[in-house]
Amino acid sequence: MRVQLFVTCLVDQFRPSVGEATVEILERCGCTVEFDDRQTCCGQPAFNSGHHEEAKAVVARTIDLLAEWLDEGGDAIVCPSGSCSAMIAHSSELLADDPVRSEKARRVAERTWELTQFLIDEMKIDDLESSWKGTITLHDACHGLRDLGIRDQPRRLLAKVKGLEVKECASCDRCCGFGGTFSVNYPLISGAMADDKIEEIDASGVDAVVSGDVSCLMQLEGRLQATNSRVKALHLAQLLVERDAGS
Amino acid sequence: MSTIHDIRSSHFKSDAREAIANVELRGALARAQEQSNSKRDRAIQRIADDWESMRDQASAIKTWTLENLGEQLELFERNAVKNGIQVHWAEDAENACRLVNEICADAEARSVIKSKSMVTEEIGLNHTLEAAGLEVVESDLGEWIVQIAGETPSHIVAPAIHHTRESIHRLFEETLGRKIPTDAESMTMVAREVLRQAFLRADVGITGVNYLVAETGSFLVLENEGNQRLTTSLPRVHIAVSGIEKIVPRLADLDLFLRMIGRSGTGQVVTTYQNLFCGPRRSPDEDGPRDMHMVLVDNGRTKLLASEKRRQTLQCIRCGACLNICPVYRQIGGHAYGSVYPGPIGSIFTPQVAGLHKASQLPFASSLCGACKDVCPVKIDIPGILLDLREEIAEHGEGQRDQETELKMKRESPAFRRWSSLMQSPRKYRMSGALVRTMALIASHTSLFDRFIPPLSAWRSTRSVPRPEGGSFRARWRRRTEANR
Repeated sequence: MRVQLFVTCLVDQFRPSVGEATVEILERCGCTVEFDDRQTCCGQPAFNSGHHEEAKAVVARTIDLLAEWLDEGGDAIVCPSGSCSAMIAHSSELLADDPVRSEKARRVAERTWELTQFLIDEMKIDDLESSWKGTITLHDACHGLRDLGIRDQPRRLLAKVKGLEVKECASCDRCCGFGGTFSVNYPLISGAMADDKIEEIDASGVDAVVSGDVSCLMQLEGRLQATNSRVKALHLAQLLVERDAGS
Repeated sequence: MSTIHDIRSSHFKSDAREAIANVELRGALARAQEQSNSKRDRAIQRIADDWESMRDQASAIKTWTLENLGEQLELFERNAVKNGIQVHWAEDAENACRLVNEICADAEARSVIKSKSMVTEEIGLNHTLEAAGLEVVESDLGEWIVQIAGETPSHIVAPAIHHTRESIHRLFEETLGRKIPTDAESMTMVAREVLRQAFLRADVGITGVNYLVAETGSFLVLENEGNQRLTTSLPRVHIAVSGIEKIVPRLADLDLFLRMIGRSGTGQVVTTYQNLFCGPRRSPDEDGPRDMHMVLVDNGRTKLLASEKRRQTLQCIRCGACLNICPVYRQIGGHAYGSVYPGPIGSIFTPQVAGLHKASQLPFASSLCGACKDVCPVKIDIPGILLDLREEIAEHGEGQRDQETELKMKRESPAFRRWSSLMQSPRKYRMSGALVRTMALIASHTSLFDRFIPPLSAWRSTRSVPRPEGGSFRARWRRRTEANR
């Protein structure tokens, strides 16, 4: 299976190891991973802030790029972010004024998966033969959870990780407070929202909070560090790639 | 002109800051949310298999009704008149208040008793009645607490949710000028004594409306305390005030909505009292009001009908589930929103009804997590409408924004134009990426440069700055490909 990694700008610039882990996981599953380095961003920051004209130009370009690759025989586009995958899923609506592009966007969306969704739903693989010693809790990233229905997939993958204990927090599906530009327009509210989760995460005694979106992780990590917590923030791919690691 | 009484949403940022600092408030909100959500979940679990299809049906009924709103309202009016209900139409808040005042004047009323109603909060009815010299007493316990505290409700179903038992006790003692036991039951008994006298004094009873039924010309109002029954049976005149969107076509539709609204809002299988009003006293009735009036309020609602997406806002049945689940509301409570309709539904209703210039911050006061959409019993796409409003404000909102939003757009609009051009060129993207990484690396060590980069200082005010790992993924990928060659 030929897979195009849609790496996302945040992973590319801030957490490249998440991209590398994603590649390794996909290769472990027998995929041939490709990466078109003309990729930039899914367009979400501008779209969510109301600047739709600015977003459209970026979305159209990304869609063209991915559609072209599918036309050349690519099979699947995989992205280590629920949020960016959801943006691709919504692109055809945003591009509705341009029917040809909009149709292309629909085709791209049909072949795009968030990483855990791809592994479980498409590849039917839940055991990555990974091992990680320690205790973690999950944070369900909002867009993955509510736009794409990703809830069981990460849990099924984590259940197969040797040495790992997953402690669920009641607030696992409550927003971390990131929300794109919301996090800098309303930093106090955003920080209070993170605190609300972190209190429970800290009290649960886990080694790390794990999520499928780097944006949520930077928010949670930023607040965890600011409050001197010892809990780490890890991307699912960073954990799932490990074969012999601990906290 | 349509408006919302006492609106101060343009102070959102500073009001939210104040709310965040109020630890007692946040504790009360978190507890209230936990409680109402677990009750809601339990109530829905009992009919789990049906819930999603019930949401589909409820949404379909509301969608159809809004598409046929004019016709359904006229049908309601014809049937209501046949039932002896006097129907009045109010274009806006001012008009609605004047109509109610005139009815009270005609009835030579001196004292008015009210049961809980959001639309009368919206139009500021109490204020105008009191200005005309009438005594107005709220008879719903939560509303009465808010009234004697001189506040507005902070939740559409639980108006006094921002209070604790201690703060209510202080308020009661101050207002009544005597010592009162601190337990909830004694405090409720005290309120009951005071309110009973007000019921007996009242010449007019005013209620809101949950459902106008077009085919029968009757209307249904829900309550949990029995106060509404007294409000509508003791005084000689009953005035009901309703937003025009509160209509359903058939009496049988209530079966569905009544199973949903209690579960969604308060986690009740059904609301305690379900009062269906079919007209004033007629012979041989020995009691009930001699006159019954229905004031139908537009106040900007018809403006929303033009857009299929935004029209959904009017599907709202005011259950409050979106407030109960909202992680932003959880931190700041209702008053910070500066509108009698707070939380997710308020953030789409308020700016559309009161005007963008009065509430342009509210559509941005959300992390777009989407929890509200999931719990909404009539499936309003709240995040979608928030995005739609954001677009209008950002791209076509010049001259219609409050000061805070104007400042934000002055920073943001050129930044996103630059961002868009960078993101369309892989070369520029690479270069700016390297620059951002370098800046982030420096910023993770020192806050010296924060004052030149406002978003950075905003981020750091509550979080540490993430340290980039070093290098980009694309660079690592290139090295890997070259090594494999």
